[in-house]
Amino acid sequence: MAKRIDVSGLTAYYGAHKAIEDISMTVEPRSVTAFIGPSGCGKSTFLRTLNRMHEVTPGGRVEGKVLLDDEDLYGSDVDPVGVRRTVGMVFQRPNPFPTMSIFDNVAAGLRLNGSYKKNQLTDIVEKSLRSANLWNEVKDRLNKPGSGLSGGQQQRLCIARAIAVEPEVLLMDEPCSALDPISTLAIEDLISELKERFTIVIVTHNMQQAARVSDRTAFFNLAAVGQPGRLVEIDETERIFANPSVQATEDYISGRFG
Amino acid sequence: MASTTPTDLPPAPPARPGKSASTGRAGDKIFLGLSRGSGILLLVIMASIAGFLAYRSVIAISQDEGNFLTTFDWNPAGDPPVFGIAVLLFGTVVSSLVAMVIAVPIAVGIALFISHYAPRRLAAPLAYVVDLLAAVPSIIYGIWGALFLVPYLEGLNLWLDEFFAWTYIFDKTEVGVARSLFTVGVLLAIMILPIVTSVSREVFLQVPRMNEEAALALGATRWEVIRMSVLPFGRSGVISASMLGLGRALGETMAVATVLSPSFVISLHLLDPGGGTFAQNIAAKFDEANELGRDALIASGLVLFILTLLVNGAARLIIARRKEYSGANA
Repeated sequence: MAKRIDVSGLTAYYGAHKAIEDISMTVEPRSVTAFIGPSGCGKSTFLRTLNRMHEVTPGGRVEGKVLLDDEDLYGSDVDPVGVRRTVGMVFQRPNPFPTMSIFDNVAAGLRLNGSYKKNQLTDIVEKSLRSANLWNEVKDRLNKPGSGLSGGQQQRLCIARAIAVEPEVLLMDEPCSALDPISTLAIEDLISELKERFTIVIVTHNMQQAARVSDRTAFFNLAAVGQPGRLVEIDETERIFANPSVQATEDYISGRFG
Repeated sequence: MASTTPTDLPPAPPARPGKSASTGRAGDKIFLGLSRGSGILLLVIMASIAGFLAYRSVIAISQDEGNFLTTFDWNPAGDPPVFGIAVLLFGTVVSSLVAMVIAVPIAVGIALFISHYAPRRLAAPLAYVVDLLAAVPSIIYGIWGALFLVPYLEGLNLWLDEFFAWTYIFDKTEVGVARSLFTVGVLLAIMILPIVTSVSREVFLQVPRMNEEAALALGATRWEVIRMSVLPFGRSGVISASMLGLGRALGETMAVATVLSPSFVISLHLLDPGGGTFAQNIAAKFDEANELGRDALIASGLVLFILTLLVNGAARLIIARRKEYSGANA
């Protein structure tokens, strides 16, 4: 549960296009790390390298190392499918399985991982839905399709689905960008609760959100259009927003560009 | 498309009321007339076909001394004239079902391979080859079926007979070449493979990326992604693709007529030679039929017409339901 991520010298490509270059950072366990930066700076690409989702895009490949505690996710004997079972992910748009019920959505990952007895499944599904602050809203309609929920509920359903398999790390790719402010608040509260148990990395375009939910913040930027994205700096969130050490970070946060 | 609800319209300026502005132009009028005319023409053609079939069928059936639905014989030239569609209905449905059972799983497999497994360099040519199968005229399939499939299926027939005779349908009770409903089914399967494959492939390619990523991010293997995301999304599309294929198999004429050795018996021993289908029977008998014989064949054609309409209607129904449950709101 909750491992440290150590990235060193990571470069990711889409075919011949270099999307991000030479990124190194450490993500502490049981903390929230936020990635901010202008569109196209590669924060989502970098996030997707952390569970090897980047390589499912045609032409996607990676150089460098990502250590989860001491295990290299890109080691030659590592199965990307296994990595994704350890590092969960929540996407920008809520994507519950449209043909599955709420219960089956949460149980989907468990059923992939092995065989559970019916009552074990029921327990884990309830626990996960409670952890995602969704239980009270859906407990009476667990057999209804997940696509019938509101956007915010769907996103919490996706979070429940991701944490049901007890991942070491939870990656969130702009999880609130398709949601209204109230649903956003619900997710942010949830993130603060979940960091007690998981290592959380969140990409966000909303700097207030980064300031509210994260312990550490990483700022990404492009040197110029067409150049690969780079990590400009990563530091305690308070420092990044009050007194960043790089001028570009301050310019971005104060709205002078980007 | 042309319909506008009041809420779509900005408050119309008094000088140009919306209605006359859009219909006052010559081009619009001509196009409206053309498209409306084509629509009406289509309905007229359909109605006249149905009317013609129904009219001639009534003539034929009123002179039929046997029961048109249950008689196992086709002798409109006899005295008294006796003919019925039981054998034709049975043969048409059974050969088409054999075709579906063989073609649909293979088509889904090919469609999945093209859409989710094959490298892009291989997928495009493969899809093209499958589509090319649809361009082969059915008489060519018929000749190939008669000259190649019939002799080469005999081995398979013997094998099925030896090991699966207990299933009853694979019990070969008559000696003879494989000009059977089973062979016809195999041939029809090959013929409907392209349409089922290409429609399924299109549906599988439309699975939203985010649905597949949902499964991938949970640690699903490629097969598990297909099982969790692709197949549920594509299920109704595959069903309607199969219905389209079924419609084609039901009406197939030349290929069946070339392969089958027709007889007016109903037998569930699919490997035995004999049987008949609507279209094959019409093709075989139309030239030498007398007046009543032609009307009788037309009456059998009406039954085929209704059967095909029902199948297509079912396909439409499933496609329509699919819109509600497509998960596009996720």
